[in-house]
Amino acid sequence: MDGTAFALKPVESVTTAPLAERFPFAIVGHVDHGKSSLIGRLLHDTNSLPEGKFAEIKAASDKRGGTFEWSFLLDALQAERDQGITIDTTQIFFQTARRRYVIIDAPGHKEFLKNAISGVAQAQAAFLVIDAAEGVREQTRRHALILQLLGLRQIAVVVNKVDLIGHDQARFDAIAREITAYLAQLKLTPAAIIPVSARNGDNIAARSANLPWYQGPTVLEALDHFAAAPVATDQPLRLPVQDVFKFDERRLVVGRIESGSLRVGDRLEFAPGFKQAKVASIEAWSAPQAMAASAGQSVAITLDDELFIERGHVAVHSERRPVLGHRAELRLFWLDEQPLRVGDKLKLKVATAEYPVEVEKITAAIDVEKLQPVQASEVARNAIAEITLRSRALMALDKAADMQRTGRGVLIRDGDIVGGALVLDAESSDVDKRLVAPDHLVTRDAREALNGHRGAVLWLTGLSGSGKSTLAMGLERLLFQRGRQVFVLDGDRLRQGVTADLGFSPEDRAENIRRSAEVAKLLADAGMVVLVSLISPYAQERDRARAIVGERFHEIHVKADLAQCEARDPKGLYKAARSGAIKNFTGIDAPYEAPAKAELVIDNSTQPIERSLAALAAYVEPAIALQAVKDAWAI
Amino acid sequence: MSDLDALENQSIYILREAFSRLKPIAMLWSLGKDSNVMLWLARKAFLGHVPFPVVHVDTGKKFPEMYDFRDRYAKTWNLNLIVRDCPPVEEVDPSLPPAARSAARKTIGLRRVLDEFQFKGIIAGIRRDEQATRAKERVFSPRAESGAWNFRDQPPEFWDHFKSDLPEGAHMRIHPLLSWTELDIWRYIAREGIPIVDLYYARNGKRYRSLGDQDITSPIISDASNLDEIIAELTHTKTSERAGRAMDHEREDAFERLRAQGYM
Repeated sequence: MDGTAFALKPVESVTTAPLAERFPFAIVGHVDHGKSSLIGRLLHDTNSLPEGKFAEIKAASDKRGGTFEWSFLLDALQAERDQGITIDTTQIFFQTARRRYVIIDAPGHKEFLKNAISGVAQAQAAFLVIDAAEGVREQTRRHALILQLLGLRQIAVVVNKVDLIGHDQARFDAIAREITAYLAQLKLTPAAIIPVSARNGDNIAARSANLPWYQGPTVLEALDHFAAAPVATDQPLRLPVQDVFKFDERRLVVGRIESGSLRVGDRLEFAPGFKQAKVASIEAWSAPQAMAASAGQSVAITLDDELFIERGHVAVHSERRPVLGHRAELRLFWLDEQPLRVGDKLKLKVATAEYPVEVEKITAAIDVEKLQPVQASEVARNAIAEITLRSRALMALDKAADMQRTGRGVLIRDGDIVGGALVLDAESSDVDKRLVAPDHLVTRDAREALNGHRGAVLWLTGLSGSGKSTLAMGLERLLFQRGRQVFVLDGDRLRQGVTADLGFSPEDRAENIRRSAEVAKLLADAGMVVLVSLISPYAQERDRARAIVGERFHEIHVKADLAQCEARDPKGLYKAARSGAIKNFTGIDAPYEAPAKAELVIDNSTQPIERSLAALAAYVEPAIALQAVKDAWAI
Repeated sequence: MSDLDALENQSIYILREAFSRLKPIAMLWSLGKDSNVMLWLARKAFLGHVPFPVVHVDTGKKFPEMYDFRDRYAKTWNLNLIVRDCPPVEEVDPSLPPAARSAARKTIGLRRVLDEFQFKGIIAGIRRDEQATRAKERVFSPRAESGAWNFRDQPPEFWDHFKSDLPEGAHMRIHPLLSWTELDIWRYIAREGIPIVDLYYARNGKRYRSLGDQDITSPIISDASNLDEIIAELTHTKTSERAGRAMDHEREDAFERLRAQGYM
C-alpha cells in the first residue's frame, strides 16, 4: 500500500453539546414500488451521500447494463443487486436542518416479512410507498396493517413514479381515495399523501414544477413534521430484571426501566410474586451517584433486604402492579413456516420473563384484504391472528393499549423467535386479588406446642450415592422414636406421583424442585419436620426452594467424593452414565454446584454413617426446638 | 434523554443480555476507538468489572503504538486478556483480493480462538454506518459452526428480543455498538474521557481515521490534533470512514465475502 491519503473538508465549527435522539422512521410498501429509490433520492437531495458513492452506484448500474439505480445504494449485498430486491432490513443515517434521522428500509417481498417487522418495530413514523401505475397492492395493505398493529400512528403516503402516469391528477386522486379508505378502517389518518417521482426528484426535497396541482408538503417537510414519541416516565414503573450481579460486596439487581421511575427509598414489589424490598441505592460506575432513575435507563440497584430475585421478575410499585394471571388474549403475527395450532406448547417472552405457555384457543385470523376476522383452526406463516394462551406459572402482564413496552412480547419455539404478540387482555387470577387462603382456626403456635417442636424443612443435597437417602431414612426413624412428627420426601418417590409428568430438561428440573419445595412447605406448615432428599445440583434451584419455604429452610450438603459415590453406586447409575446409557447425569456429564452457604455440611466420604447421623441429629434438635425451650436453654 | 445517553443505555442493556444469556462469552478488542468504547461500556454495564475475557486476535501487523496501548490498559483495567496469533496469509483463500486475503487471516484466527475456548458468545464492536453489509446486521447475530454468516436468513429481531439459543458448535456475535455512528463514538470518547491510541490525532498533516493492519491502512490528510478538532472534522466530512481500508475497495463484493465467511 502506498499510503494514499484522502482529503477531508476543512474544520468549520465544534460542538460536543448533547443532541436530541435520532428520529427513526420506516419506509414500507409493495415490492418494486420504489422504496429504496426514495431513500437514495432523500440522501442525495439532502447532500448526505459520501463522496464517490454516486460514482460507485453508477458503475454498478452500468455493469448490469441498466439505467441509474438508486436502490443499489442500500441493496449493497451482491445477491440483492443481482436479484433486484432488498433481502434484509437496513438502517441508514441522515439529517435535515431540523434534526437527525435513522431511515429503516423494510423489504416489500412477501417472503421477507420477518425482516420487515424487525425494521418497522423500531420506527416512530412511516412512509407508505405506492407505485402510481400499479396502485394499492396486497403488500401495501399488509404493511399498513402491520404499522397499525405495531402501534405506529404517524403515517404519510408517498405515491411514487407519478412520471409514469404523466403526472395525472385524476389517477393520483383515485389512489389517494383508495388508500385513505383502507387506512380509515385501520383508524389511521395519513399526515399527507404526496405525489412524487423519486427517480426525478419531484417533491422529495423540493417542490416540483411537474405537479402544479399539488399544494401539500414535500417528503422532507412531512418528515420534519412528525412528532418524537414522548418518554414513558409518567407511566407505572416497570423494571424487568435482567440479572443479579455479585461481583463484589454489593448484590446488584440490574435491568432497564421500561416505563415510570424509581427513587432511593421506594418500596418495590417483584412481580409475579408479592415480595417487597426498599431501594437502598442506585449504583453506577464512572457516573455521579443518582437518587432517582426513569424510563430508558439501564440501572443497577441494591435492596435493603436479601430477597430471592431472578431474571424475569419485574420490579413495580405495588399500587400500580401489572395483571397477574394464567391466561392472556393476544394479537399475534406468526412468522414460522410451521403453522400454530391449538395445543401447541411454546414460550411467551415479555421483557426478560419467559413463560411456558400452551395455545388454548385460536379466536380468529385476520383477513388482510377485507380486514375482517375469519374462522381459523391454525395460524399460517405471515398471518395475523387473535389467540388465547395459558401458562402454568403465574404471569405478570400489561395490556398493550395501556403500556406499550411491557404489553408486548415474542413467542419462542425451539429457541427461535416465531412470532410477535400484543397483549389485548390478561385475565387476573385469584392470586392477584391476594385471596389469602382462609385462616386456620388452629394456629401454628398451637400446633407446635402440641408437637413440642417446630416444623422445618431439611433440604439434603448432594451427589447420587452420597448417602442422602440413607441419612434421611435413618434420621426419620431416630426422630420418630423420639416422638417427633417427621417425614421423608424422596426425589424418586415424588417422581412417581407429584412430578410424574416431568422429565429432566432444565425447565422440568426447575419445576420438579418448585413442586417439591411447595409440598415440603405445606408439610412444614402442618408441623412436620420434612427431610427432603434430592440431588438438586443447581444453586439457583436450591435458592428458589429456600425462597418458597422461607426461614424454616435448612440446606444440608451431604458431601462425598465423586470417586466414593461411584464406587458405592447403589443404583448402578454411574455405570450407566459412564457407558452413555444415561445422559446429563450429575457429576459425570452434568455439573454439581456445591452449596456456598449451607447451614450444615455432613462429610459422608469417610466417616461411618452413625457419626453422620449423630451430627445431623445434633443439628436438628436445636433447629426445631420451640422458642420457650430455647429461652430456657439460654437461661 | 440525550442521544449519547440513549445509546449508552441501549448498549448496556445489550451487554447485560449477552452476559446473562450466553456463557462462556468474550469480547473482541482490536485496540481501535470502537472497541475501547465497547470496553468502557462493559465497565459501565458491570459496575467497573469486565467479567469475561477480552480477546485480541493478533495479525502481528498492528502499529507499535497499538501494542503498547494494549499492554498498558490490559493492566490498568485489570483485563483477562487472551492474545492469539493469526495464521500466515498462505493459509487463506487465495481467490480473495490481496488486502481482503490479508484481512481474512483474522477470520481464521478468530475461528481458532472459538475452537480453543468454546465461546458461545463473541462481542464485537461493528457499527451499521461503517459499511453497507454491516448495516444489515442483527444485534444478536448467530453464526454456523464454520463461523459463516447467513445474511439471507437472519432471525427476526424486534422490541429488543434477541435470539439467544444456539445449536451445538454454533456461536453468537453480539454487536452492542450497531446503532452508533462514527461521530457518536468520538463525542462519547470526548464526554467520558476514554483513552485511545494517539495515531488518531494528526501529526505532520495526517492522521488515521480507522486503524487496521499497518500494510493495508492509510492515513487521511488532516490537521485535527485533538478531540474537538476530530469531531468538527467529522461533522463536515463526506468521505467514508473506511476509505483508508484497502480491503473494502478491491472488488465490489470483497467485504461481503469476507463477512459471509465470518469476518467481523
